[in-house]
Amino acid sequence: MAWVDTILQGLLLGGLYALFATGLSLIFGVMRIVNLAHGDLSILAAFLAVVVVETLGWNPFAALVVVVPLLAALGYALQSLVLNRLLGRGILPPILVTFGLSIIIQNALLETFSADSRRLDPGGIETASVALGSQLAVGWFPLITLAVAVLILVGLQLVIGRLSLGRAFRAVSDDQETAELMGIDHRRLYALAMALSLAIVAIAGVFLGIRTTFTFASGPDRLLFAFEAVIIGGLGSLWGTLVGGAVLGIAQTVGAKLSPAWGILSGHLVFLAVLLLRPQGLFTKARRVA
Amino acid sequence: MTRAAHAAGFRIERTTRAGRAGLVAAVLVLAALVTVPRWGDASTMRILVEFIALLVLAQMWNLLAGYAGLVSIGQQAYVGLGGYALLVLADDLGVNPFAAVPLAGLVAAALALPTAALVFRFQGGYFAVGTWAIAEVYRLLVANSSALGRGSGRTLKAVFPLARETRELTTYFLALAIGVAALVAVYAFLRSRWGLGLMAIRDSEPGSEALGIDVFRTKLGVYLGVAFGTGMTGALIYLNLLRVSPDAAFSINWTAYPIFIVVIGGIGSLEGPLIGTALFFLTRELLADQGAWYMILLGALAVGAMLVYPRGLWGLVADRWDVRVFPVQRRVAWDRPAREP
Amino acid sequence: MSLLTVRHLSASYGSFQALFDVSLEAAEGETVAVIGANGAGKTTFLRSVAGVLPVPPVAVAFAGDAVGGRPAHELAERGIVMVPEGRRIFPSLSVEENLKVGAYRGRPGRFTLARVYDLFPVLGERRRQPGPNLSGGEQQMLAIGRALMANPRLLLVDEISLGLAPAVVKGLYRVLRTIAEEGTTTLVVDQDVSQIMSLAQRVYCFRKGTVSLAGRPAELTRERIAAAYFGI
Repeated sequence: MAWVDTILQGLLLGGLYALFATGLSLIFGVMRIVNLAHGDLSILAAFLAVVVVETLGWNPFAALVVVVPLLAALGYALQSLVLNRLLGRGILPPILVTFGLSIIIQNALLETFSADSRRLDPGGIETASVALGSQLAVGWFPLITLAVAVLILVGLQLVIGRLSLGRAFRAVSDDQETAELMGIDHRRLYALAMALSLAIVAIAGVFLGIRTTFTFASGPDRLLFAFEAVIIGGLGSLWGTLVGGAVLGIAQTVGAKLSPAWGILSGHLVFLAVLLLRPQGLFTKARRVA
Repeated sequence: MTRAAHAAGFRIERTTRAGRAGLVAAVLVLAALVTVPRWGDASTMRILVEFIALLVLAQMWNLLAGYAGLVSIGQQAYVGLGGYALLVLADDLGVNPFAAVPLAGLVAAALALPTAALVFRFQGGYFAVGTWAIAEVYRLLVANSSALGRGSGRTLKAVFPLARETRELTTYFLALAIGVAALVAVYAFLRSRWGLGLMAIRDSEPGSEALGIDVFRTKLGVYLGVAFGTGMTGALIYLNLLRVSPDAAFSINWTAYPIFIVVIGGIGSLEGPLIGTALFFLTRELLADQGAWYMILLGALAVGAMLVYPRGLWGLVADRWDVRVFPVQRRVAWDRPAREP
Repeated sequence: MSLLTVRHLSASYGSFQALFDVSLEAAEGETVAVIGANGAGKTTFLRSVAGVLPVPPVAVAFAGDAVGGRPAHELAERGIVMVPEGRRIFPSLSVEENLKVGAYRGRPGRFTLARVYDLFPVLGERRRQPGPNLSGGEQQMLAIGRALMANPRLLLVDEISLGLAPAVVKGLYRVLRTIAEEGTTTLVVDQDVSQIMSLAQRVYCFRKGTVSLAGRPAELTRERIAAAYFGI
């Protein structure tokens, strides 16, 4: 029974990872760039929530109302003012610029908030649990996280599949020049996609901060886990990121149960195994990888 | 070939006036460096070793990303592996610690092979993150190994029998040797046939394939060579520092510093990393105690360079005055003005 | 009334000049044909008008405004819509989605999904299928339909006959004739001269980046056209 519990915990952890992965996957799908500052931006969101909570006395969930629009605006500005300038110059500039941003954000957070670890306290729900049968209990918060992840994924699928904006995203991703001929301003669209991605990342960051402690240096790991979840699930599949997150989460919790120091490493090893044996991921048909 | 070329009215030349001047300057600088132990103290030598190490790391990253188009943010894997290989070779296997430095490079290159087998499945941004992921795996594996000292690491004991002056002197000259060797090797490679192939790949991969260049082999070769250079430099660094721990040896800074150096100095040129490293050390002296602000400034400069002048400081100079100190391109020199089409 | 006025347009790709001092006019409701051999500069010309290539503002005037060099999406919003060479349908979208993307800017007009399916019934039959599943001729219909969904004031059509059987090409030109008769101003570029001449009110012939002949089809003899086309 203890194993079922471990796997369940991993599954729920996967919900959080899926949240991180979705933002990354969206950007890569639309614009073919990897935002190396992805994880650090989520930690920035978590620290912003700390500021809101400490100055306004709000509950962290309420702080989302401030943090999410802030990060969305930041994403729009980042894409419009910085990343859009790098279009058409190859793969190097976006990687280097987002890497530079990652370092800048980490050090700025260090300067502003020191190296102390922080946590967001929502007043009890993070420890509350609901019983499943006589031997299992799951925390309310991990359940909520998974539910939010699924909701966001469903929402994104609807946008991409049904709405005019979603069609525009797909058209631009297919053939930017022809999309332009149809009246689609790809620069504005990219900015919107980045805003959307960072809004999701903000939610992920705040939820992370509620779940566990974090420091200025917590960003890079978030990027790695998001990346691994995307690759395990398979590029180009939104539901794949949910499965990828779950697989990663389960690998980590099972590994940690075997030996505490091996939790994260187990996740990495499963990722490497998928990369070796089925590089296109679990959900895509055999195609190029990235 | 010369006769035909002259009949057509042009030569292919490579050296430039600045190139010849640069060669003279390089020899003078080297001569000066060799005499440092006479007039400098131990801390001067340590800083110079650090300078050379960073310069070599920067040249390696530049070769990988600027010339081969492989943007890796996981080079710290090889710095760490080099450092730990030094420990194992010198302390556990009894190899002479100074001889162990280049051997550590070979260990790093050997491990680069399976690493490449994995990361070469990616391209572009995902390749970058993949290299980072693998570096993390190495770090965690080492941090979980009790033989390697776990999280707190180990100290290099094999040098203890030596007198401190001897150790510092030998380390210094080893660093000089590595620095010169690395620069010469990179320069010679780029001027060679393979270097030309690499620059062709950089300009157009499909075009180069069509011309018969084995793109995969060339890139793999460069990746392994850079791993060797990086690993060897990692061993040198820890020969200088003596204490190796996973968080320090596999720190992202071993990639961040070279990246910033190369981007600010000028990517895709040989002169760029030199300027960048000099600037790096200069600003470090000026902002000595500022820690985080130093990194913020470097990061902002790198981002700014990418946005405004992607060819970096050296690019500015080279474009303005058409100077090439380490010329790698071949130019067509017309005997008389070229005819208009 | 002149809808499109191109004056002294020169365009280059880097150091290679493709157009030399080209001038052309299309009146409202007119169909203008641009013919010429491969590499004559016809597609470059269309791309300059559509906003894909940078040109000086005064070189292209549309409905009285100087629009040269404005980005393509802005020109599409003004009603300059192109059917690009090579069809360029969106591979990850279905037939219907491809058409809907054409209507992205929401310009009002008589072209709706129903009207397009009317003009091209086969598209209606295959509306849910992925774009790449269609044959060459059907993809060309889709590309035209997609452009129509934008309710263009000026429709630019680039080389629709390439790689298609004559019967298919005939059918496409029949549709072009229908919409031209309804009043859509059209600029048609093609290497297939015969179809185009019966459709257009005015013809321009390009050769090596310049206009080698301009006039009404009725006034131009076959010999003059051949001379202008081939430069003999």
